[in-house]
Amino acid sequence: MTSGDQPARPGLGALRQTGLLFGLAASVLRLTFRRPFQARELIEQFWFIASVTILPSALVSIPFGAVIALQVGSLAQQLGAESFTGGASVLAVVQQASPLIVALLIAGAGGSAICADIGARTIREEMQAMEVMGVSPIQRLIVPRVLAAMGVAVLLNGLVSVVGVLGGYFFNVIVQHGTPGAYLSSFSALAQLPDLYVSELKALIFGFIAAIVAAHRGLNPRPGPKGVGDAVNQSVVIAFLLLFFVNLVITAIYLQIVPAKGS
Amino acid sequence: MGVEVVIEGLTKSFGRQTVWRDVSLSLPAGEVSVMLGPSGTGKTVFLKSLVGLLKPDRGRVLVDGVDIVACSERRLYEVRKLFGVMFQDGALFGSLNLYDNIAFPLREHTRKTEGEIRSIVLEKMEMVGLGGDERKVPGEISGGMRKRAGLARALVLDPQIILCDEPDSGLDPVRTAYLSQLLIDLNAEIDATMLIVTHDIQIARTVPDNIGMLFRGGLITFGPREALLTSDHPVITQFVNGRRAGPIGMSEEKDQALAARELAQHTAVALPPLAPQLEPSPGMPDRQAVQRRRDRVMGMLHTLSEPAQQAILDSLTPAERARYAPPLCPPGYGDRQAGS
Repeated sequence: MTSGDQPARPGLGALRQTGLLFGLAASVLRLTFRRPFQARELIEQFWFIASVTILPSALVSIPFGAVIALQVGSLAQQLGAESFTGGASVLAVVQQASPLIVALLIAGAGGSAICADIGARTIREEMQAMEVMGVSPIQRLIVPRVLAAMGVAVLLNGLVSVVGVLGGYFFNVIVQHGTPGAYLSSFSALAQLPDLYVSELKALIFGFIAAIVAAHRGLNPRPGPKGVGDAVNQSVVIAFLLLFFVNLVITAIYLQIVPAKGS
Repeated sequence: MGVEVVIEGLTKSFGRQTVWRDVSLSLPAGEVSVMLGPSGTGKTVFLKSLVGLLKPDRGRVLVDGVDIVACSERRLYEVRKLFGVMFQDGALFGSLNLYDNIAFPLREHTRKTEGEIRSIVLEKMEMVGLGGDERKVPGEISGGMRKRAGLARALVLDPQIILCDEPDSGLDPVRTAYLSQLLIDLNAEIDATMLIVTHDIQIARTVPDNIGMLFRGGLITFGPREALLTSDHPVITQFVNGRRAGPIGMSEEKDQALAARELAQHTAVALPPLAPQLEPSPGMPDRQAVQRRRDRVMGMLHTLSEPAQQAILDSLTPAERARYAPPLCPPGYGDRQAGS
């Protein structure tokens, strides 16, 4: 926790922070399997993160599914491919929109809360007090939060997918007067199970990254209450940047290695 | 009995600013030591370096034979169980009430039942005068109470080394006196090695067996209390007397010209007479450290200054004087005492 050092040349500070971030990720992975397992903290954090993210993500995913359905629907109409609207919009929702909504909410709602909590504890010296009592704060506090964020992200992704698809269906069938049968049949013609798997895998990774970034910023705030505020701000911004980039990488790899259905 | 902490050549800097360099001393086992120093001389940094919270640039800290600067993280966590640390404002967990805060180390490190934990926690809370406040949370109690709760939490695992970071700051003089007595009683009871970091002169004069002083990026001195409290070192006399004249300035150090001008204006003032050290409260066991320390100090007597030797010899009872008599006491010492 000696991040007060001034970087000697530009870029070195960023590089050092990146190293610390990866170091924290490695420690979290290592300490996940170290006894005693903090089951109680995990359940509390799981509940907490779920409670701050469920409602907003459901509310965000309805209009999101609708927007995709409307956009894809009108585009497909111009091309004369209305019957594939369902499949296209479902793929967009499940593969892209849903993990990204999860990412935004886990980083924005869950991550900021984690960062603020950890940051406030750090400046009150609670972390150091815990360390001198022979308890690793990473094992005691960070590991349960990271696991909880990953678990909630996976479950939330399922919720967002379902709500988004239902929203898309509603707008396509009711508003754009599409046919329910065509929607469902194109759905099963284009979509395949690996689409869901990769969506859940993305959510899992996003939950991990968002929680690690939040914990890292929370453990290394600048001194004082303003430092914690800045740390929360940074944690959300850094998490967004990382999540969108990682999403791009995973999507590119997925499209390369998993053949599209029917091809 | 507590364990000895040996510090060798410790140097710490933040960026380009060196906090202190080449600090070497050893905290004798079971004795109470105080580290003095003006604000901002790195006393807290020193204390945190002793428990491995801050990593010094160079040097070694040997606790029970383990160098905690260089040892593995897992080893460090083991060694830390020997420590009880009282932080400056208690560092209590804001989300837990006082009872759970104090029970925290027991729940993490022992397999005691809730009943056993309860009796230990209530005993320690009674000891620091917090009986009946178990359900309060740290946010709704005063700074002094947080400090005492922090001390109680540091004590539940029966530590062998107790470190206190400014136990007096934010406390009134009466509470400071109670706390001083509590620390001495604690030492008598569990014989732990203790280090108190403070700038309170009252504590420095009455509590410790040994005193050290940090100033200007280094350790000025560390030794038996008599040595420092009879010293004529300008920094020490200025600090202990709380005067403006001397090398210590408002920010950190003053320039030589100003110091010389002030010295010319103020006449030199000797240190106040040596105050007796606190004794354990009636009913407490004797401090085992006292005898060990006396043997140690008498062995190094010839290395100390004349006034310090005098003060130490004055503190001996006639029986003890006879015991250490011929080789250690200067010739004719007893006669002079008898004659005066």
